[in-house]
Amino acid sequence: MTTQKRSGGKGLVLAVIGLLVAALAVYAGYRLFAPPPATVDMTYNTVSSDGLYQVMFETDTLPIPLNETHSWVLIVTTPEGEPVNDAEIGIDGGMPAHGHGLPTEPKVTEGLGEGRYQVEGMRFNMGGHWEIRVGINAAQGTDEATFNLDL
Amino acid sequence: MRALLRGLRFRRPIRSSLAVAFLAVLCACGSEDFSEAEKKAIGSLSLDALSDLPLDEGNRYSGNRAAAAFGAVLFNDEGLSGAGTVSCATCHKAERQFQDDLPRGVGVAETDRRTMPLAGVAFSPWQFWDGRRDSLWAQALVPLEDAREHAGNRTAYARYVKARHGEAYEALFGPLPALDHLPSNASPRGDAAERAAWERMTLRERDAVNRVFANIGKALAAFEETLTPREARFDRFAKAVMEGREPEEDAVFSALEREGLRLFIGKANCLECHNGPRFTDDHFHNTGVPPVPGLAEDRGRAAVLDEVQDDPFNCLGPYGDAAPDACSALRFMQKDAALFERAYKTPSLRGVANRPPYMHAGQFDRLEVVIDHYSNAPAAVSGTSEIRGVVFTERGRKALIAFLKTLDGEP
Repeated sequence: MTTQKRSGGKGLVLAVIGLLVAALAVYAGYRLFAPPPATVDMTYNTVSSDGLYQVMFETDTLPIPLNETHSWVLIVTTPEGEPVNDAEIGIDGGMPAHGHGLPTEPKVTEGLGEGRYQVEGMRFNMGGHWEIRVGINAAQGTDEATFNLDL
Repeated sequence: MRALLRGLRFRRPIRSSLAVAFLAVLCACGSEDFSEAEKKAIGSLSLDALSDLPLDEGNRYSGNRAAAAFGAVLFNDEGLSGAGTVSCATCHKAERQFQDDLPRGVGVAETDRRTMPLAGVAFSPWQFWDGRRDSLWAQALVPLEDAREHAGNRTAYARYVKARHGEAYEALFGPLPALDHLPSNASPRGDAAERAAWERMTLRERDAVNRVFANIGKALAAFEETLTPREARFDRFAKAVMEGREPEEDAVFSALEREGLRLFIGKANCLECHNGPRFTDDHFHNTGVPPVPGLAEDRGRAAVLDEVQDDPFNCLGPYGDAAPDACSALRFMQKDAALFERAYKTPSLRGVANRPPYMHAGQFDRLEVVIDHYSNAPAAVSGTSEIRGVVFTERGRKALIAFLKTLDGEP
């Protein structure tokens, strides 16, 4: 009786281990073949795609408002933290999920010095995920930084 | 005895609150059954979320009560028309949400566009269905000279205001210029004879007339600024939800209204354009609304991008009062016409159920037809419709309409 019981317990343990191994194998396979999870950088401080510039922004109203035209200050430095002045800057963006752009054409209206640039005409007309692309052309070269906002 | 009373005192509220909780579960009408995201959306649509009306820096009479009172007189004055038969109030009827219930407005003749209601109009950075003016005061001038609306001209209006309202005008705006020697009818936007007469006037005379004309617009705008959205049942419901308490009396939503609200802020994607406390993003969208047979070609905002930038009465023009820096709508306007082919302004939905027909030329006579349109999402005749079809059940359609009815303000 007791031996039988024991061997039955052993069988159960083995079955459980087998199941665990199978589950692990399935999970490993899933991890191997599944696309990597989307990582969206939500910080307002980012490195441009070729690594030429460190780009940050500040807004004059927080949280970022909906349906209200407002201003940003962009701060552009080298990766070492040296301010980048006299850069040519273009702002573009939109909602990737909806396939539309910004409702306005924001512009840099003033270089404030120390790598700071006044951006006017920012406006968002819908809640959700927005992408803002900042094109930068300065002595270091041309590069683009992307900010992701969740409004 | 005291202990007994205490017990009773306690027991009653407990029992009744249990009953309330039970009822709440039964009809699922508690405010707590909305998710945090849904509550956030409901709060964002509530009138409580509406900011104070910013003054229009381009109109130094913005927020001026005396100017608003004078504007109200002008708004109702049929003398401000070519034949003395049309006022702003002809189409913008105060007792009908300042619209006229017609597919297309009728001044001296039928126009191509639906008359827009005016509650909250001053919040909008762009006026008209296509946004061809950048301020309320510049907007007010256009119908005055439109051949199918007021059918008058600016020189005649300047002379009329001097004769009929001279004292009130001068009290606000200062001395009127000499006008008697000018032609009776002259305008750069008039018929051939009026345009020729305008050309014969000196630059100084034209400027003097334009200034009086602009001030008429500024007084009208000061009046229209006072037309703000009224609290609706939805706002009372939203207030209760935001405060985490049960809606009471007429703020209680039926199951159907709640379903409609959920659809509106969820699956039906209405919030993409109809967002914020005025239910509009103040932007322009191609939604594939078909043209009305027989009307002239209408490309929506795509056709007016130059017009608003060239308008002498725009924010940057010589008759605006703002510093150029303050003209943000115009300075940062999106100018890519391809984005605006057959795009029209998102109308506010406050009071919408009570004012058919719908769309920029009154194409749809009932809300059911509007919902069918958004459900079927037909391709646009030109440009690309932004609408992605939504499948509604019959109950879903009814629910959405039931919800829209909760946006009606006080009668």
